[in-house]
Amino acid sequence: MEQLIAKLKDEIIEVLNLTEITPEHIEENAPLFVDGLGLDSIDALELIVLLEKKYGLKLGTAEEGKKVLYSVRSMAEFIRENNKG
Amino acid sequence: MNGPYYINDYCRICNGTVKVNDKVLYRSHTPDPAAFYTEVYKETAINYPKFYKMDNLCKLGFLASELLLRDKQLNSRYAGDDIGLVLYNASSSLETDKNHQLSIQDRSSYFPSPSVFVYTLANIVIGEICIRNKFYGEGTFFVDEAFDAERMYRYVNLLLYESHVQCCIAGWIEQHGPNYDGILYLIEKTNADPGGIAIFEPQNLTQLYLQRN
Amino acid sequence: MTDVYIVSDNIVSSLGFTTDENMDLLRLGQTGIKQHHDDRISPAPFWASMVNSEILARRFADISDPPRYTYFEQMVIVSLRQAMVQAELDLTTDRTLLILSTTKGNIDVLNPNLAGEKGIERAYLWQTAQLLQYFFGFRLKPMVVSNACISGVLALIIGSRLIRAGEFDHVVIAGADIVSEFVLSGFNSFMSLCTGPCKPFDKERQGLSLGEAAGTIVLSNDKELANKKDKVVVGPGFSSNDANHISGPSRTGEGLYIAIKRTLQQTTQKVDYISAHGTATPYNDEMESIAISRAGLQDVPVNSLKGYWGHTLGAAGVIEAIAAVHSMYGNVLIKTVGYNTMGVTHPINIIDKNRETKINTCLKIASGFGGCNASVLLYKK
Repeated sequence: MEQLIAKLKDEIIEVLNLTEITPEHIEENAPLFVDGLGLDSIDALELIVLLEKKYGLKLGTAEEGKKVLYSVRSMAEFIRENNKG
Repeated sequence: MNGPYYINDYCRICNGTVKVNDKVLYRSHTPDPAAFYTEVYKETAINYPKFYKMDNLCKLGFLASELLLRDKQLNSRYAGDDIGLVLYNASSSLETDKNHQLSIQDRSSYFPSPSVFVYTLANIVIGEICIRNKFYGEGTFFVDEAFDAERMYRYVNLLLYESHVQCCIAGWIEQHGPNYDGILYLIEKTNADPGGIAIFEPQNLTQLYLQRN
Repeated sequence: MTDVYIVSDNIVSSLGFTTDENMDLLRLGQTGIKQHHDDRISPAPFWASMVNSEILARRFADISDPPRYTYFEQMVIVSLRQAMVQAELDLTTDRTLLILSTTKGNIDVLNPNLAGEKGIERAYLWQTAQLLQYFFGFRLKPMVVSNACISGVLALIIGSRLIRAGEFDHVVIAGADIVSEFVLSGFNSFMSLCTGPCKPFDKERQGLSLGEAAGTIVLSNDKELANKKDKVVVGPGFSSNDANHISGPSRTGEGLYIAIKRTLQQTTQKVDYISAHGTATPYNDEMESIAISRAGLQDVPVNSLKGYWGHTLGAAGVIEAIAAVHSMYGNVLIKTVGYNTMGVTHPINIIDKNRETKINTCLKIASGFGGCNASVLLYKK
């Protein structure tokens, strides 16, 4: 899990061009949007593409999206739950 | 009220050089535009992390606007919706268009990126400058074969005397592959104190554009 | 002050190849948005409003040699041709300007499988405009306005300003965009597309439908040239920016409100009808309802025509303005197809069935990516 979280942080920084942010800046339980990293709606769409491209996972509904994309940890948990087997 | 208006400031970015009002702010030998823009961003101490999310066209326009408007306190002199933007280029957003096309070229690896697609519109650079500066005014993006001072002059002049626009940021922002060429002018109804760069006339627009950096 | 008259117009769309054909189907409430299977545009079936390519090819063959021109160019030429034949203008003087309004022009040539021999140079918008210039024999270099989804309305504002300022006597505005894999995949990645025809302002709306079209409006300062049906003038108009976000509409409708307010300040006339942008995305329609209410226009009848033609990008403002002008000629308000139940928080007066009433003034509005907005007043003189 911790490995996955570290990997996700690197991937998020890369796909969202968060050039001045290092993985240590990203608190795994903190909200990614508005407060925390201050990401916006385009970033959210980009994270959906990330989940699909790197992990083959599609988000079902907007509600599910909000829950999954809440924090790095919630994203990691979603990946682990859906990648069993 | 049909003029004369004034080019009170300008910012020229080309050939690895950034110049504001005849003064060289930065010179570099980095050929790659993206790397060059990052150098300029850092060297001129701009603090706006969204810069890194922009495509190259927006980076060029954004940098030119930041350096043109630095210390000008435009917002204290004009209402945000009295400030207009009129930009031109030749390639529109073709560089980013090609990037988006690459992401959909291969049907077995089909991942269009929303953060690339949003920049496949040339006028996004106007949006970026407006967001940064809280400008709510007129915005127009024209596409033309080459820098055309006469056309630029006529339209900006018309905006200044026919509409509410009191101050206009106009210019040529071209970015395509290894080629970039940017100039922005700050055009106002009154001459700056002590004296702006030139009277707002086509030949002066051309002269500033053609100067060797 | 010089008045700017509408002389002639044309619409090429899924609903037909003349303005009259389009208006007839609009009055019947018929949508042009259908499901299509076209692997050149999408690996999966998709919903869009598409021009009938066989009819287009036939129409174009009457004018020129199809293989030399792209699909986009054929659409624009067919549209321009019709409107200009009606207008009988002398294009060879330096008093007539062509303005091309488009977001993506020949964007399909970026795909090497589709470009053929035409090459990627065709993607330069100024080249497309130059091709049109030479085809028709305009003496002056054309202008190209590329401002996302407000391009068409903005071209109308710019064209009328230039005539009022005495720069030109006549301005021909062509607005066009095609449905391409490029645009479809992009809007898909934005999750902005809906399944089935879009539902502007409706509670159940889930996104936009894409469309393709070419529209032409000929403007002139010569009252004698004004359309025989009635004299409609392009009045004041303004653009603005939300200064908020590059893709998401402002939550307060700030930019659109500013553009509308500026327009209304220039007139003493009351607005009889609003032709809205109404893309049927949740955020756009909500934002528009807020801006319309803030401007005090919540009781004015308003429609969106996106349910007929889909979102035709750079053509949208042009063909929707043409439909508005013909609504004024015929004094009929066209219903918002796709709309059933109020789905915006600031109730506005959505036209839900066709209605005959005197229309002397119309406010045409548009908003787009980049936070841009535009508003222009059309009125009878």
